[in-house]
Amino acid sequence: MIYLVWVPLLTPFLAVPAARRVAAALAPRHAAWLLTAVALVLAASSSAALALLVVPGASYLPVVAVLGELLEPLKAGPPAVAVALAPVAGSLLVWRTGVLAVAAHRGRAELRRARAAAGGTAGELAVLRDSRPDAYALPGRPGRIVVTTGMLRALEPAEREALFAHERAHLRGRHHLFLTAVELAAHCHPALRALCEPLRYALERTADEAAAAAVGDRRLAARAIGRAALAGREDRDRARPRAVLAATAGPVPRRVAALLGGSGGASGPGLPSRTGRLIAGALLCCVVLSGATAVGAANDLHDHIEIAQGESAAD
Amino acid sequence: MGDESAERRPAGELEAGVLAALWAADGPLTPGQVQGALGTRLARTTIATILSRLYEKGTVTRARSGRGYAYTPTEDAPGLTARRMHSELAKDEDRSAVLARFVSQLNDEDERLLRSLLDGGEPRTDDRTGGVGSLDGPDGGRAG
Repeated sequence: MIYLVWVPLLTPFLAVPAARRVAAALAPRHAAWLLTAVALVLAASSSAALALLVVPGASYLPVVAVLGELLEPLKAGPPAVAVALAPVAGSLLVWRTGVLAVAAHRGRAELRRARAAAGGTAGELAVLRDSRPDAYALPGRPGRIVVTTGMLRALEPAEREALFAHERAHLRGRHHLFLTAVELAAHCHPALRALCEPLRYALERTADEAAAAAVGDRRLAARAIGRAALAGREDRDRARPRAVLAATAGPVPRRVAALLGGSGGASGPGLPSRTGRLIAGALLCCVVLSGATAVGAANDLHDHIEIAQGESAAD
Repeated sequence: MGDESAERRPAGELEAGVLAALWAADGPLTPGQVQGALGTRLARTTIATILSRLYEKGTVTRARSGRGYAYTPTEDAPGLTARRMHSELAKDEDRSAVLARFVSQLNDEDERLLRSLLDGGEPRTDDRTGGVGSLDGPDGGRAG
């Protein structure tokens, strides 16, 4: 049935909040995988659904009919609806593709800038002479740790080791691939945008746990993060005024609290097991439904095309 | 940190720590001074080996100092372009798509929370640095 095609477009609105809840209850590494997988399936299904909405309406165009060897337009729903939907879905699809391309380009440009800033260091560590504390993992072959002198001076030697271990975990885990995948998926469906922030958090927590394990001291890792963040703030306050954000706890205090709490597991407050299982079940249903309906709708459309081409839909 | 395990870590990882110590210092350091600055039980000869390897790669320069050498880090990238690129990156810090920053920006509430987290709960006393009392003076705990 043609109505199937709407399911993948609507499931993200249910699946995304569920995924966020489930991810918060999982160990950070698992949460990262879950969020990425959910984002990719939902993005693919909803994009496919949009494409499927274009086809029936487009079959009324003579050019399409000739190219597709169609004897008549597809009978996949009322003609008025099909014809009205096609341009809407089509322009949405084109717009999203454009946004996706721009985002991909911007990501590449950012990496290029970062590589240029890091220069041609031979080693793992690229140091930038800059009093503003900053540090990040620069993906590539091999990946680099980029850090400013401001950051190095803000930390004690042992804390620097925690920072390096954190960035090494990002590089080894190829975390930038997760980030890029979900960032691009978010351009395919507006609801998926809400997966980016929890993914970032899950990846930071994964790296934090790796750092704590590498230096063998959770408190030391927590202190490194805390001190780095506070140093950045003091510096920034001097440099330029900044809009005060919402008064909810940002990711840094949550990360520090998670390390000091010593769990190493869940990245947030755990769900009560019964509700948790319900939400996880709902999420699974949404994702499977989204994928299955996209495939089902594609099959459906294929049958309609064969009929329109004059073949029998006997099988 | 587990100092005994320090010797067993991959050479590349040790390099990062030694190089960071040079960058954090105000002037050239001898292997002995690096050892002091790091505060690890990493053998001086190991540090000297790492430093000479960094020197061969051109990552540091050295000058005679007594019976040995004192080392200074060299600027990696041609300074000006690198700095301009970095400024651009720093501008949209919180909108980065691919770079995982060590720490993101704090708001006022975050800062208050963070300070109380780090100052407050001092659950164990086995911390050799004595907790985070020196939060505002990062140089407080540095040896050397």
